[in-house]
Amino acid sequence: MSAILIVEQVLNGLQFGVMLFLMAAGLTLIFGVMGLINLAHGSLYMVGAFVAATVAGLTGSFLLALAAAMAAAAMAGAVIEMTVIRRLYHTDHLDQVLATFALILIFSEGTRAIFGSFPLYLDAPALLSGPVTLPLGIEYPRYRLALIAAGLLVALGLWLLIAKTRIGIQIRAGKNDREMIAALGVDIRTLYTFVFALGAALAGLAGALVGAIQSVQVGMGEPVLILAFVVIVIGGIGSIKGAFVGALIVGLTDTLGGIFLPEFFKLFMEPASATQIGASLSSMAIYLLMAAVLIWRPTGLYGVRA
Amino acid sequence: MTLKGILLSASMIALAGAASAETRIGMITTLSGGGASLGIDVRDGFLLALEQAGRDDIEIIVEDDEQAPDVAVQLADRMIQAEDVDIMTGIIWSNLAMAVVPSVTAQGVFYLSPNAGPSQLAGRGCNQNYFNVAWQNDNLHEAAGAYANSAGYTNSFILAPNYPAGQDALAGYKRFYEGGLAGELYTQLGQTDYAAEIAQIRASGADSVFFFLPGGMGISFLRQYADSGLDIPVIGPAFSFDQNILQAVGADALGVVNTSQWSPDLDNAANTAFVAAFREAYGRIPSLYASQGFDTANLILSALAVADPSDEPDAFREALRAADFASTRGDFAFGPNHHPIQDIYVREVVQEGDIFTNRIIGTALEDRGDAYAAECQM
Repeated sequence: MSAILIVEQVLNGLQFGVMLFLMAAGLTLIFGVMGLINLAHGSLYMVGAFVAATVAGLTGSFLLALAAAMAAAAMAGAVIEMTVIRRLYHTDHLDQVLATFALILIFSEGTRAIFGSFPLYLDAPALLSGPVTLPLGIEYPRYRLALIAAGLLVALGLWLLIAKTRIGIQIRAGKNDREMIAALGVDIRTLYTFVFALGAALAGLAGALVGAIQSVQVGMGEPVLILAFVVIVIGGIGSIKGAFVGALIVGLTDTLGGIFLPEFFKLFMEPASATQIGASLSSMAIYLLMAAVLIWRPTGLYGVRA
Repeated sequence: MTLKGILLSASMIALAGAASAETRIGMITTLSGGGASLGIDVRDGFLLALEQAGRDDIEIIVEDDEQAPDVAVQLADRMIQAEDVDIMTGIIWSNLAMAVVPSVTAQGVFYLSPNAGPSQLAGRGCNQNYFNVAWQNDNLHEAAGAYANSAGYTNSFILAPNYPAGQDALAGYKRFYEGGLAGELYTQLGQTDYAAEIAQIRASGADSVFFFLPGGMGISFLRQYADSGLDIPVIGPAFSFDQNILQAVGADALGVVNTSQWSPDLDNAANTAFVAAFREAYGRIPSLYASQGFDTANLILSALAVADPSDEPDAFREALRAADFASTRGDFAFGPNHHPIQDIYVREVVQEGDIFTNRIIGTALEDRGDAYAAECQM
């Protein structure tokens, strides 16, 4: 195993991790602030990807496509918050799961009706296509490098928003004591809609960014949603910092497990069966990790609630 | 009747339940998701043959399996029990075929596979009512392995999705390939991100990459491979370079060599007429899947001319076995396990105008049957 392989896989893991963070950040905010389990978060990711592919196809501009994806996902998020989600804040989690699962079905069939069953393909901008040579002679796709940078920038922006702005104070206060901030005159309904739309916009952005390396298709959001739930459970529900750390851990575990576990088993097994056992264990690795974290810290790495 | 008309009447029949046509064909295929292009091509090729035959005593019921085994099993049960079909066909994916075909044939219904050909159903699991009109899964990969030898490759990196056809693919490639392996990987079925696999290919020191990734998986892989800057030559079966994949991948696949039992430029009268009629009807170049759907329908038609599947199943089966139809592949015959014996060609991706397509450059295997026929006891 060469150093180049390890460096490239670490970059792949980081890229995967920051994209997971964009999904997990919205999910954890919505759960932390409103106490709502939103299974339809993956659908907002899909909405972002489809809108981006359509706008890029019509205008040829990738930046415009990203902006449209965020706007459309935020709008879809705001609309479902005001029509459906708002009624669920005081119900128990099972009702929330049922209602948001229904939203998944509605979004999937609606997207299929509008865009058809064929996957769409979104091209990365020409400026970012092809490989770039990093130090040590490592070639890496320029677009994936840009994804890492974009993900880190969004993480920084989100941290500034939560930590330094007035709306951030309201969000944090809403997480801790929603009655009290309502009593202080903050319009809690608008705040909830804003938080939901913000989470949706991040999911839409992730969908659009990832759409350019993968295919844009109905149902693309659900596998990512499952991983995003793993991320927020590891990081601690409600914690943006936890989501960030959790996403990077999950991303790195997933990509590095795929190369290190087979090598590890080769130390004391035949290569063929070592590859097989290593590969099947690496697909379980993040769930084993989640179980281990939960045993060690039942509320997640940065969780506060009991 | 137009094709739309056939589709419309097909769905209306599906709603209305049992009707009075003489022969009822149930088609379960993949019409949504990343694998939709394969099922749509099989369906379109099949319906084109029915339309050309002008038979109004055949009813076809088309349903989408969503590439999910449980959905396919439910559809098959409903078609057999409620719709009373005589013949079933259409399944694309081998994991779905494994879930559906044994119970279909056990209930005395004929199943003609227009695509999936898992080794399990060619060997011990063969059945007198199961016919594969496409290939046994290993075939195209065997041809790719044979081609790799002649191209002088001695250190291949091979990868395929982890499901029955993926396992058959790598077994098929290794059957005739004489070189060493730089690496061997199974990916997830339906996987869309291949960054980790591409990194391993880069680090492996391979002189060639053999990959079997049909449908949307192939598109994602080829786009990401091109973007990674790797220039190790790739080879694969036609499934990794079919007509739909080429349109999505474009110039990045130019010159790539792949293996197929069929090609749009294959020179025989049946094929020339088929390609022209398909382009006329649907406005696109047919893929190998479309040719397989077309051949499957024509095989059924040729046997229906001899006997009725529900009145005289034995005579109908004999007529299928005779394969007395004009295949788009030219020579076509069934082996003892009801799988094709046919030539497998080497093709190259070329550009014609602004369309990317395949052209035959040689023959990899002649009159190839399959490795499992000896295990089949009917």
